[in-house]
Amino acid sequence: MYDTSDIRKGLKVLMDGNPYTVVEFQFVKPGKGAAFTRTKFKNLLTGAVVERNIRSGEKLEPANVEQRTMQYLYRQDDELTLMDETNFEQINVAIELVGDAHDLLKDNMPCDVLFFNSRPVSVELPTFVQLEVTASEPGARGDTSGNVLKPATLETGAVVGVPLFISVGDLLRIDTRTHEYVERLKQAGK
Amino acid sequence: MTEGRKRNLVRRAGMMRALRGFFEERDFLEVETPVLVPTPGLEVHLKAVGADGGYLITSPEYQMKRLLVGGLERIYQVCKCFRAGEEGRHHSSEFTMLEWYRAGAELDEIVADTEALVAHVATAAHGRPVVHVAGRAFDVTPPWPRMTVAQAMAQFAGIELKAGEPAATLAARVRAAGVDLGTATAWDDVFFTAWVERVDPALAALPHPIIVEAWPVELAALARRIPGAPHLAERFEAYIGGLELCNAFGELTDPVEQRARFELDLAQRRARGFAEYPIDEAFLAALAEGMPAASGIALGVDRLAMLLCDSEMPGVLTFSANEL
Repeated sequence: MYDTSDIRKGLKVLMDGNPYTVVEFQFVKPGKGAAFTRTKFKNLLTGAVVERNIRSGEKLEPANVEQRTMQYLYRQDDELTLMDETNFEQINVAIELVGDAHDLLKDNMPCDVLFFNSRPVSVELPTFVQLEVTASEPGARGDTSGNVLKPATLETGAVVGVPLFISVGDLLRIDTRTHEYVERLKQAGK
Repeated sequence: MTEGRKRNLVRRAGMMRALRGFFEERDFLEVETPVLVPTPGLEVHLKAVGADGGYLITSPEYQMKRLLVGGLERIYQVCKCFRAGEEGRHHSSEFTMLEWYRAGAELDEIVADTEALVAHVATAAHGRPVVHVAGRAFDVTPPWPRMTVAQAMAQFAGIELKAGEPAATLAARVRAAGVDLGTATAWDDVFFTAWVERVDPALAALPHPIIVEAWPVELAALARRIPGAPHLAERFEAYIGGLELCNAFGELTDPVEQRARFELDLAQRRARGFAEYPIDEAFLAALAEGMPAASGIALGVDRLAMLLCDSEMPGVLTFSANEL
């Protein structure tokens, strides 16, 4: 069991049967009362954030969760196959576990797989991934002011908004949390 | 050191000059009582730091009150105090306390001092009586609005406080108001769970400073009972933007009741498995000798600096605990 002095960012606890991770905490102590730790927890299954005030002396139950970095191998229908590079163990998971970012998955990409009671419950892509542009119309000249974006199709099939100077073959850095273009890493043909 | 930190330390030094000027003008005597003492404060939730067979002070209150017994009438002190295990955005285990006492004064005079002091140091720092918490500006021109603890609980938590009721019946009403009490069963734990859950956030959202007064006597270690309302004690706290700045008492001068409160605190400590400290017999002997009616206050100097610098606790300390 954990007590309030164990609370830190990333601590995994079990509340009402669900695994949570601590995302923020603050020590609070009213003048003559017991100390509390005002804690924000994120539900590892749903992503929902809840806030609870844990009184000093209360106990928190550890959650049986484990995070492993696994390599994404391939997709078949709605199932993904991933491999643990240390022991070559393969697992199949439903594509829902990836959430919105599934169209940014590329072969051999390292993903963080979260296991709760030994069952995979979420798959997280790296925050930033490098992907090549496979299709995009040339941008209209003269229209370069501000943050004008055009659609570009990436090698994984995902479509993202990119600046007008991007062309087919360019290598881009994409933020998997938002599907946003971050920067161009390499120009086509260079 | 960052430029922001340097600016805060310069501002803090200016605040200390203004603060001493404030008490000089009002004819207070600055005193320095010992920091290493045979026994610390006995309040149930205080954890003292042991040192050389004694303790570092959690507050200089016992010794300052002995000076009142000795005939000094207006005294103030700025000193380091120590409370183990208190680290956070508003707390530091080693912190600076300002205490002042007025013999023969009602608690309202301390309210007026507090309002005037905050306005004075804010004006010294900014040219006008304004302080900041998390980017929000607060006008600290006296007088500040006031509310009682019972009003705050009723208005912000929907919980009625009843005189002298047992923990279980209060707990039932707190639960009915939708507050999760966890494992809390003791009266003070039930009270503060509701306070932290409901009242604290509401006080933080107020657009002005607030004096919260008339505390239940269970939460007033060294405060006297309010005449005509003996379940309440002469105690106030001031909050600005959710920051609790100070704690003040109309001082308890009755040595018999004071001893009974100490023994109750020690019994609570024993029941909860907390460290027990010796009763300060020298302090009780001084009360028996005859302490004048008085009011006094403990105000967090680092918290005052936070208000002037719009910073959290670590940013107004020369070194926070994790920088040592």
